[in-house]
Amino acid sequence: MSSEKPVMIEFRDVHKYYGDYHALRGINATIRAGEFFSLLGPSGCGKTTLLRTIAGFEGISSGAVMIGGEDMADVPANQRPTNMVFQSYAIFPHLTVAENVGFGLRKDPRTKAEKAKAVDEALGMVGLTGYGARAAHALSGGQRQRVALARALILKPKVLLLDEPLSALDKKMREQMQVELIKLQRQVGITFILVTHDQEEALVMSDRIAVMFEGQIAQLADPETLYRRPASRKVADFIGTMNFLPAKILSEAGGKVEVEAQGFGKMTLNADQVMSAEGAAGGATVGFRPETLTILFDGQATAEQHCDAVVEEVVYYGDMTYYDIKIQGCDSAVRLSMRNVFGRPVLEIGTKTRVAWSAGALVLFR
Amino acid sequence: MKGGWFRIYAYGFLLFLYAPILLLPIFAFNDGAIVAFPLAGFTTKWFEQLWVEPALHQALKNSLIIAVSASILSTCLGIFAARASTRYNFPLRGGIIGMIMLPLVLPEIILAIALLVVLLGIGIPLSIYTVILGHVLVCTPFSIAVLTAAFQSLDKSLEEAAYDLGETPASTFRLIILPLVTPGIISSLLMTFTISLDEFLMAFFLAGTEPTLPVYIFSQFRFPKSVPVVLALGTVLVVASIILLTIAEYFRRRGIAKTGGKDTGGFL
Repeated sequence: MSSEKPVMIEFRDVHKYYGDYHALRGINATIRAGEFFSLLGPSGCGKTTLLRTIAGFEGISSGAVMIGGEDMADVPANQRPTNMVFQSYAIFPHLTVAENVGFGLRKDPRTKAEKAKAVDEALGMVGLTGYGARAAHALSGGQRQRVALARALILKPKVLLLDEPLSALDKKMREQMQVELIKLQRQVGITFILVTHDQEEALVMSDRIAVMFEGQIAQLADPETLYRRPASRKVADFIGTMNFLPAKILSEAGGKVEVEAQGFGKMTLNADQVMSAEGAAGGATVGFRPETLTILFDGQATAEQHCDAVVEEVVYYGDMTYYDIKIQGCDSAVRLSMRNVFGRPVLEIGTKTRVAWSAGALVLFR
Repeated sequence: MKGGWFRIYAYGFLLFLYAPILLLPIFAFNDGAIVAFPLAGFTTKWFEQLWVEPALHQALKNSLIIAVSASILSTCLGIFAARASTRYNFPLRGGIIGMIMLPLVLPEIILAIALLVVLLGIGIPLSIYTVILGHVLVCTPFSIAVLTAAFQSLDKSLEEAAYDLGETPASTFRLIILPLVTPGIISSLLMTFTISLDEFLMAFFLAGTEPTLPVYIFSQFRFPKSVPVVLALGTVLVVASIILLTIAEYFRRRGIAKTGGKDTGGFL
């Protein structure tokens, strides 16, 4: 488990101002050695700024950034044990692929032959064996990305920083690179810190994710916790799809909360299912993911908790079908998703059906 | 015919631009002291006279020294200014750059007279050095204009990447920035060299007893018999500039091909 590994990076109450603009508002977090860590958030949330404070491209107004237990305040970017893969890749266009990859070895005391070998190894690691003599500007987007990775990894940094490295690639290439990056990270064992605005990418790749809004970390957790138990309405809205139903809190006792949710009726929730309603207008709501609601087809055993509903909209995705359904007693429709299993029909609009749910999959925001 | 009148206008414009230049070689090879049709016969004697004219050789030498010095100096200054204005933020940046660019639009004669008065006032004797000074003043804004475009097209993350990979700001400049703005530097050198070479006003006011080529040519026009020689000289200069521009364009295109950039036409 990552929690047993030593701390690689620590943010101690980091603040950053650009003039009057408060870009980072008290960041406190630790990133452990060998972790694949993501900074996730909408544009302008400060995630790139935070990454750049690790690299040393941005100073901080107060607080401390520690790498390997050392305060980085007086360490310039060119002496930090970090290397970066830039969003634009920043491949030097006037150099060859090999010259790009070997750029950081200029002051390395090794012989020319040893350096050439290191370059070849780095190119092999990213699947570009034999590309060394090519002109860097003649490469495709995916190949540039690999060159940028090899160039950063050849220096064996303690931390590799990735600033939206996949955003310029098309969908297929991006998914392929996601898997390759995970494998590469496991192979080299270096701490990877990824900045992304793509929640799916963060969930796929990371050991842990820090979700950021407006210069603050809203939640720092592993992908599963983030998805199943978002700490606030705002996080829940940002990550995946979540349905919200108005709810009334009936009583609280001994860490249990009794709630009445519209359409679902009364239920008892555990304390760990109760989250902040930050980012929502109005009163308490009960939230659930589309896949936690199941349509009960004819002949299926009746689940303990179920209710009647009508299909209002059908969106067919091939492997999945999304239904917008109106639960009896609810003001608005909720979305549920069903995997398309062989032999199971896709329902039509207007079909009356029953849906089953489980209290354990719900989250209360208040 | 599509765009008939515009086509006639375009051809007319080109004719107006280049016909006088085409007349240069015609009369340079004409065996007659008077520049007029009909032509009197073929001769190369005007060109031969170019070889035996020490005053001309001295003027050409002065001009070359001045043009080379002024282009190098103004390009160096241009590099500093363009770098500063594209990468750093400092108080009054716009105002300072504006002041440097002002000679572009100021009447040159005012600059020339002002400079002359100041130089005489502080007792600096007029020489080719004072002409270099004047030309740097005139050329620097052109350098800055050309180089600012070159520096602006540089991705800032290239510098950060080099810095991130362990280079110092100085070595980053040498290894990354300089090679990438080289086409701009060559453009600037060429442009300022040309401007300095044919600049007349500053040279006329500041040269003292060491005339530059344009000043010499102007002085020769007073003697009708020298006119064909000047036309021969003009022919040589036209040929030389065509060769120079061809070489420069070759290097510019090669530079673009090497970095894979898009050809935006350059200034040529």
